[in-house]
Amino acid sequence: MDLKNLYREIVNEHNLNPSHKHPMEGATHELRGVNPSCGDDIVLFLKTEDGVVKEASFTGEGCAISQASCDMMCDQVVGLTEAEALERAELFHGMIRGEVTDESSLEALDEAASLQDVSHMPARVKCAMLGWRTMKEILDGQG
Amino acid sequence: MPDPCALRADFPILRDHPEVVYFDNAATAQRPSCVIEEIRAFYDETNANPLRGLYDWSMEATARYEKAREVTASFIGAACPEEIVFTRNTTESINLVAHTWGEAHLKEGDEIVLSVTEHHSNILPWQMLAKRKGAELVWLEPDEEGLITKAEYEAKITEKTAIVAIGHVSNVLGVTHPVKAIISYAHGKGAVVLVDGAQAAPHLAVNVQELDADFYAFSGHKLMGPMGIGALYGKYALLNEMPPFLTGGEMIEYVTRTEATWAEVPHKFEAGTVNAADACGMARAIAYLQETGFDFIRKQEDLLVTKLMEEMRKLPYIKIYGAKDPAKHNGIVTFTIDGVHPHDISSVLNEDKVCIRAGHHCAQPLMQFLKVGSTARASVYFYNTEEEADRFLTHLKNIRGVMGFRD
Repeated sequence: MDLKNLYREIVNEHNLNPSHKHPMEGATHELRGVNPSCGDDIVLFLKTEDGVVKEASFTGEGCAISQASCDMMCDQVVGLTEAEALERAELFHGMIRGEVTDESSLEALDEAASLQDVSHMPARVKCAMLGWRTMKEILDGQG
Repeated sequence: MPDPCALRADFPILRDHPEVVYFDNAATAQRPSCVIEEIRAFYDETNANPLRGLYDWSMEATARYEKAREVTASFIGAACPEEIVFTRNTTESINLVAHTWGEAHLKEGDEIVLSVTEHHSNILPWQMLAKRKGAELVWLEPDEEGLITKAEYEAKITEKTAIVAIGHVSNVLGVTHPVKAIISYAHGKGAVVLVDGAQAAPHLAVNVQELDADFYAFSGHKLMGPMGIGALYGKYALLNEMPPFLTGGEMIEYVTRTEATWAEVPHKFEAGTVNAADACGMARAIAYLQETGFDFIRKQEDLLVTKLMEEMRKLPYIKIYGAKDPAKHNGIVTFTIDGVHPHDISSVLNEDKVCIRAGHHCAQPLMQFLKVGSTARASVYFYNTEEEADRFLTHLKNIRGVMGFRD
């Protein structure tokens, strides 16, 4: 898919009408994620309970790909265990780096798999990764 | 006057890619084939390590390298070729001054005056130096058009000012700062002045003696020369009393196990094997620039910037930064589109084969001043055409639609 279609068909909806872009009360984790060279700048909120992600949201600003990708991530990590969420982040990273390409593996990523074509846009890889990277830092950081 | 369309034949990348609109000239210009041929000729005809050998090739390599220095000196009106130190780029030139002049002269409590409009390359060397020395950074705040007013620099430059470091032309707003007046005022307070000329040298006729600049830094690649070669101009007396920067080969006079004495200016500042081929390439680019002529460059840039600004102003969702007068932009139009991040602007335009820059342009303090995280920047040069400006505008008008807005 070329970039314009990627925007029209997938990214715009999440960028213009995100479901998870709001601050969170009672978050158990809160971490800022920045792409210094682009100016993408988010704060990711997670609420975890007994090792399970119960809620996810974010605030901040950035390009459409960074915002949409973060919104899609929040969509799908809710209900996962922390270990599963980290696995999902690893899978997403593999897809964006172009290392995981087979459809059956990518199915687990659900709608986020539609960002696969970003793997052909090296300048935008960091944008797509921002939310996932920030979540990984939160979950890895707590040991 | 030359014809920009005909000139494009001199640039293989433009000639072979008429489908691409290259509007990122403020980041780096394109190179005419004569520059590449000049570099090739150095290696093919006389390659040897300059400044060392006692045989013909080395002596010829030395002669070409020193000829390039003469061309560069005369280009900016230096009093003599020795006042030109070849560096990798503007960044290295400024670092050289901060590490040598700065280390030797700055004292605790001294002030370094900078403008908020500076590129990071003219901020960080001073920020680091100030930390090492316990000196203070003092910021010149621009007005809403990006200009540094007389009242502003007279308020900030004082007897405590050791050095003023100011860009000649802003890489974001394109505005030309009144460097001659600033230099004269700073000299009256006993300060020295370094001018970052990276964005000025490709667009304006520069005369360092007329400006009375103490240091003037610029890069080759922005004026159609190779990447990896640039220059630092310094007044001879200043360069002469400055300690060396990097030390090593070919910058010495005499070395024992414990001591060394330094070579004469400018070789004192050019340690190691020099980038002679690219210095020759830059000199050829300078010659090409002079053949093209600053009058023509100015005329073509103003024509294009006027067209771009007039058309972009008709779009209510576009905000243009800097001066209202297109003639004050030096080929640069920096803008934002409501609701669309600059990186998305640049990525969508890339799909249409239009190259522009998006981001903070290595000028984050200026972005903070403008209260934006990042901006998009279209920057033209004399080889750009009105037809390209039209194509850019056509694609620009479609961006909001691509991003899901129904205007």
